[in-house]
Amino acid sequence: MISLPSLVSDTLMSMCREAIGLVGTIDIGQGGFLPALTRFEGGSFWMPVKASTTAGATDDLFYFIFWLCFFFFAVIVAVMVLFVFRYRERPGHKEQKTASHSNALEITWSVIPLVLVIPIFWWGFQGFMDMSVPPAEGREIMVTAEKWKFTFTYPNGYVDENLHVPQGENIILTMHSLDVIHSFYVPAFRLKRDVVPGRYHKAWFNATEPGEYQAYCAEYCGTAHSDMLARVIVHPAGEFDAWLREASDFISKLPPEEAGEKVFNIRGCPACHSVDGEANTGPPLDSLFGRTETMDDGTDVLVDENYLRESILEPMNMVVGGYEPVMPTFQGRLSEDEVTVLIAYLKSLE
Amino acid sequence: MTELAQKPHAEHSDAGPNYLKASRGVLSWLFTLDHKRIGIMYLFGVSASFFLGGIIALLVRTELFTAEKTIVEADTYNQLFTLHGVIMIFLFIIPSIPAILGNFVLPLQLGAKDVAFPRMNLASFWFWLIGGILALSSMHMGAVDTGWTFYTPYSTSTSTSVTMTTLAAFILGFSSIFTGLNFIVTIHKLRPRWMGWFEMPLFLWSIYATSIIQILATPVLGITLMLLIAERTLGVGIFDPAMGGDPVLYQHFFWFYSHPAVYIMILPAMGIISELISVHSRKTIFGYTFIAYSSIAIAIFGFLVWGHHMFTSGQSGLMNMIFSALTFSVSIPSAIKVFNWLATMYKGSIRLNTPMLYGLGFIFLFGIGGLTGLFLGALATDIHLHDTYFVVSHFHYVMVGGTAMAFVGGLFHWWPKMTGRMYNETWGRISALLIVVSFNLTFFPQFVMGSQGMPRRYYNYLEQFTGYHQMSTIGAFLLGLGFLIVAVVLVASVFSGKRAPANPWGGATLEWNCASPPPHHNFAATPAEQAPYDFSVLTDDAADGGFQLAAQEQA
Repeated sequence: MISLPSLVSDTLMSMCREAIGLVGTIDIGQGGFLPALTRFEGGSFWMPVKASTTAGATDDLFYFIFWLCFFFFAVIVAVMVLFVFRYRERPGHKEQKTASHSNALEITWSVIPLVLVIPIFWWGFQGFMDMSVPPAEGREIMVTAEKWKFTFTYPNGYVDENLHVPQGENIILTMHSLDVIHSFYVPAFRLKRDVVPGRYHKAWFNATEPGEYQAYCAEYCGTAHSDMLARVIVHPAGEFDAWLREASDFISKLPPEEAGEKVFNIRGCPACHSVDGEANTGPPLDSLFGRTETMDDGTDVLVDENYLRESILEPMNMVVGGYEPVMPTFQGRLSEDEVTVLIAYLKSLE
Repeated sequence: MTELAQKPHAEHSDAGPNYLKASRGVLSWLFTLDHKRIGIMYLFGVSASFFLGGIIALLVRTELFTAEKTIVEADTYNQLFTLHGVIMIFLFIIPSIPAILGNFVLPLQLGAKDVAFPRMNLASFWFWLIGGILALSSMHMGAVDTGWTFYTPYSTSTSTSVTMTTLAAFILGFSSIFTGLNFIVTIHKLRPRWMGWFEMPLFLWSIYATSIIQILATPVLGITLMLLIAERTLGVGIFDPAMGGDPVLYQHFFWFYSHPAVYIMILPAMGIISELISVHSRKTIFGYTFIAYSSIAIAIFGFLVWGHHMFTSGQSGLMNMIFSALTFSVSIPSAIKVFNWLATMYKGSIRLNTPMLYGLGFIFLFGIGGLTGLFLGALATDIHLHDTYFVVSHFHYVMVGGTAMAFVGGLFHWWPKMTGRMYNETWGRISALLIVVSFNLTFFPQFVMGSQGMPRRYYNYLEQFTGYHQMSTIGAFLLGLGFLIVAVVLVASVFSGKRAPANPWGGATLEWNCASPPPHHNFAATPAEQAPYDFSVLTDDAADGGFQLAAQEQA
């Protein structure tokens, strides 16, 4: 099935080349059209590179439908051209009376398409079930979509902006959106699933080839919809766990303020605490350090390292006046290092 | 035939002035009850909308010439593609064939003096005008940026003028309902006594099927848009999950109208093609009954397939399976039509004039548009192709390659009847060829970039897609030129075209029996019985250079 599509693609590209020749004076940049057209490495003319266990089935169906359509379209156009040529109006030619209908003929060309679409439907349905029903066993990764970025949360709590996965393992994505509808789309895996606020959608894949692949948001979501991209990085089998350990260990590598900001975002603190002075469920945290705050029991407390530490680990002990006592405890959920860099980050906020 | 035989060259001179000259002044047009004048007013309004939508399309394509910013910012781009969709769908393509050609031709083909409810017909135009003005004026107040589909919860949270635009679409819906209702009653009640259902021109069958969809589906859109407005203004939690609603419910409501609406757009186009192919091949339409029933079948199946827009939305596997299976059912009646049109040409005398070239162009482009629907009806491939340029290309092949081609072809076909003038045949043909070629240059690359993974509604895109986008943009400008030539050819004919005979093409449907342009009341008396596709009764030796009924010749 590879040689024929490429035959068609060569023909089409030479047609394109001719079409481009007509407008050769336009500066098209990037070394012209052809380099841009042939840059899809590893894919075919119609389909991008395939890198998951289910992508092949989708491509087989795609090319089956393609050649079926190609055949019928060629027949329709050939008959049309033939009739136009043979029966064109000209001196000495006159129309002839023919049958006004033929039930046998018309039933035949109703039944033929019917018979042909049944296997297309069934093949498509089976392929869909295979790609959409997650296997029982697999590595779970949480996908969070919001305007305009995806974040990927690993079971150990590490969060990344790109999706890192091991080769050859079932990956089960549990996806949810924080605002509007998005759609997680990885062409190389032939995978697409809407990410809808207010519910979880599951998707799964099993990547076959190590490498980097493009992920897109496919459901229009506003201003920066087209920048809502992520990379999918498939690690060679056996190397993923080492990568995850290494990546999760960012605290020892980044300056404390930056590491703290990362923890702040990973742990979802911004959901209740702003850093721009705006009151939310919890008090804003900018310019907090060194200030004196009034608690709900009327006592005044100086905000220092120990106060911050206690407020993170046991927030119910001291609640700032005017706020509900709703913050969950982080005792036992944050490591000593994480608390330290968080405090460093809070101190750095102006 | 006796009536006609008694009045040779019937009705040309003794039925009063033609409808264009029957009365004078702007008010005589704005408050006319004449279906022909209402059709002409729709022609002005709808064509203006088409050119506005087309200019916006060119701005969109210009922005996409480079992968980064070319001429506008992201927010403006989002507004532009939304306006392009809203204008082309609600102001151009839905009213195009029914409200212009349907209005003009339908009563003539029935041998009637007007539609059943002329005042409702005028109200339909006024609703269209008010809706159109409202939609366009919303551009000044932060044009809507949701895409023409208004998906929640984006549409309930954006700050642009969603309320005003959806209100406009709501009003435009009434225009559509009024037209559909009027045509259904007219076809039922105003046929001549001798004209049975299966003696009607096929254009009327297609308009009838269209009208059924218009009156059954459009109210659902109206209610859905009202709920959306209620959610935005009153905070009713129907669609917004933050208020306990379900955003996917909106998609069900929306597509329950908008998928059948696709058939509101394509069915009348198929009706026109049945007329064009038959008349310009001088052959009885092949398989009249199958074509007539296939229109009704498409109208019915069209109501059962809306879920195929939502295969990735998270609806259950069972629903996906059912909607996928039902989707394929629509392909059967569509295939029947194409095969029957081809069979009609067999052993005909095919006249390659402008209307016929548009008809053949329709078969070519609609063929691609229809067949690529198979990729999208099949579940596994749709998951990959959904919301990519593949879908964009597919529906442009059907809507522009199909409906717009048929609309322009029909316009050329009935132009002599509408204006009493012949257009420049050479330039008409050039426009048809240019449109077919440039259309393919515009949209074929979009199939390829779509299946390669280019998502739709993208302002920035990856460098690898640049070549396809640039081809598409160049094609779009040539396509714009093609439609511009159409406009110039038609407008020029009004000023300098030859006078048109009553029946320039030898058509056997009744509209060709009255003068070009027709008198105010169309027919002095109900026309005598005549088969719509029997061309043997016509000879090409009328005094005015056109065709005439053999009976007249004998008299």
